[in-house]
Amino acid sequence: MGLIKELIKGLRVTGGTMIRTIAGDELVTTEYPKEMRVKPQRFHGRHVLNRYPDGMEKCIGCQLCAGACPAQCIYVRGMDNDPESPNSPGERFGYVYEINMLRCIFCGLCVEACPTEAITMTSLFEISTTNREDAIYTKETLLMDRRGNVPHMFPDDELADLDELDTADGWLRATAPAGVAAYEGVKMWQDTPGPADWSPEPSQEERDRKTGDDESDG
Amino acid sequence: MTWPEFWIVVLRVLLTFALLLVATLINVWAERKILADMQSRIGPSRAGPWGILQTVADGLKLFFKEAVTPRKVELGMYLLAPFLAVVPAFLIFMMVPWGKPFTVAGNEVALQGADLNIGLLFILAMSSLAVYSVVLAGWASGSKYPLLGGVRATAQAISYEAAMGLAMVAVVMFTATQGEGGTLSLAEIVERQAGTWGDIIPALEPVLQFVPRWNVFPQIVAFIIFFIAIVAETNRAPFDLVEAEQEIVGFHTEYSGMRFAMFFLAEYVNIFSMCAIAASLFLGGWNGPTFEGSVPAIISGLLPTVWFLAKTYFLIFLFFWVRATLPRLRYDQLMQLGWKRLIPGALAWLVLSAFVISFRQFGPPWGS
Repeated sequence: MGLIKELIKGLRVTGGTMIRTIAGDELVTTEYPKEMRVKPQRFHGRHVLNRYPDGMEKCIGCQLCAGACPAQCIYVRGMDNDPESPNSPGERFGYVYEINMLRCIFCGLCVEACPTEAITMTSLFEISTTNREDAIYTKETLLMDRRGNVPHMFPDDELADLDELDTADGWLRATAPAGVAAYEGVKMWQDTPGPADWSPEPSQEERDRKTGDDESDG
Repeated sequence: MTWPEFWIVVLRVLLTFALLLVATLINVWAERKILADMQSRIGPSRAGPWGILQTVADGLKLFFKEAVTPRKVELGMYLLAPFLAVVPAFLIFMMVPWGKPFTVAGNEVALQGADLNIGLLFILAMSSLAVYSVVLAGWASGSKYPLLGGVRATAQAISYEAAMGLAMVAVVMFTATQGEGGTLSLAEIVERQAGTWGDIIPALEPVLQFVPRWNVFPQIVAFIIFFIAIVAETNRAPFDLVEAEQEIVGFHTEYSGMRFAMFFLAEYVNIFSMCAIAASLFLGGWNGPTFEGSVPAIISGLLPTVWFLAKTYFLIFLFFWVRATLPRLRYDQLMQLGWKRLIPGALAWLVLSAFVISFRQFGPPWGS
């Protein structure tokens, strides 16, 4: 009799699950290519090279990312900017930029190392290729175009919010020759395809107010 | 035999065949969908509405696949085994009446492949024959795991066929008291389950007039034993030791393409025909309210088929439900359940029902 009791208990579990699944309460899978799960904010997807809102490349070819990379999958070669038509606002720009996606461990150290927020990680994850050469991402694949897009599986999907792209971000405002040092309430960089949502940098005055007491003491 | 009679025979065999194929297509899809629901998944959803054409897609794919023949096979038996699986599977269903007989232009049309007067014996014979395909496939593959599967199939089939046959005997004995003389014909057994129990036991008519005259009520133990035995007979979980994907992959490891598809087809045809037989023996087959006179004749003519399919699919759903719930039995557990529980149980039930039947027919043995 104990056996029959257990049998009925088991049948109740599967039967109950079936009813809840048909009702739609317990469905755990999605029809993947048709609908995709929302990725977590700090998802480590494939990299992109960002641009400033005026179209300049952010990368200055400093190779800090290559130095930070534990898998040694990044190869960067910088070049001096042509003063007449510069590629980046600095002295140099990334002339060659390659990431070997087969070696990359998606640790994100390159993003942390980058002094200009040029390289960031996206939520794109469909990076399988049919041959090994395609797995080496060059500047063509990595660098986003003026509309904030990079070549990827679903070209129709907009990666970036265009309004966001057209707004000068905090770093540019602070460092451009005509920039303003106080960039209160302005986000440091775009939401996408950069690393999700960051809170705006506090203003200079706000920061002074916070640390002011300490200074007067000392 | 006149020409109309000949064409009626051809037509009903073809109809039965078509019904079986369509039911099998739906069975495979239904199993995947129900299992998916029970495991919180979506299941097949791309081919056709709700993925109902998934089986067609799979069948076409298998049809165009290369059928690889490994080097060490016993070629004759290796090629014969898939057919040995399919042919008995289809023949079994030919015995099952799937609708009410009707008359067209003076000719009686039974919705049944063939009405043998030894129908049940034929079913038992064919289901035993189907085991040969598994054993031969396992042996002829020239590979160790298929051989293990084949050996398991023999042991399993012998143990559970006995219980299945004994449960059937109980029903046959009981049916003999429900009409004139005993019968082994499924059509006759189904017809004797028409009406309600209220007609038979007038004393309890107010209650029993709502209880259909199905054999499952007096023969409930036989039904349970029969159901467990047919799950084992069709090699379904939790008795799928023959296939056991996780341990030995199964007797059809070395088969590919259409040859593999035929084993698969036979399995699902067997599920359908075994459930149809259980529905006919215990749940009254196509019997059910037809509302004759109050609805168009075509509807009251089709309703018996609908009842038959509903009962069959209820049992098939139980198959899937059990599969989703229970883990596979260990070999010794399989043997224990078969020889220590089901066969003694079936024997005891047989003796008990024989005693009750003779008591009702001849009176108490201590009487005159």
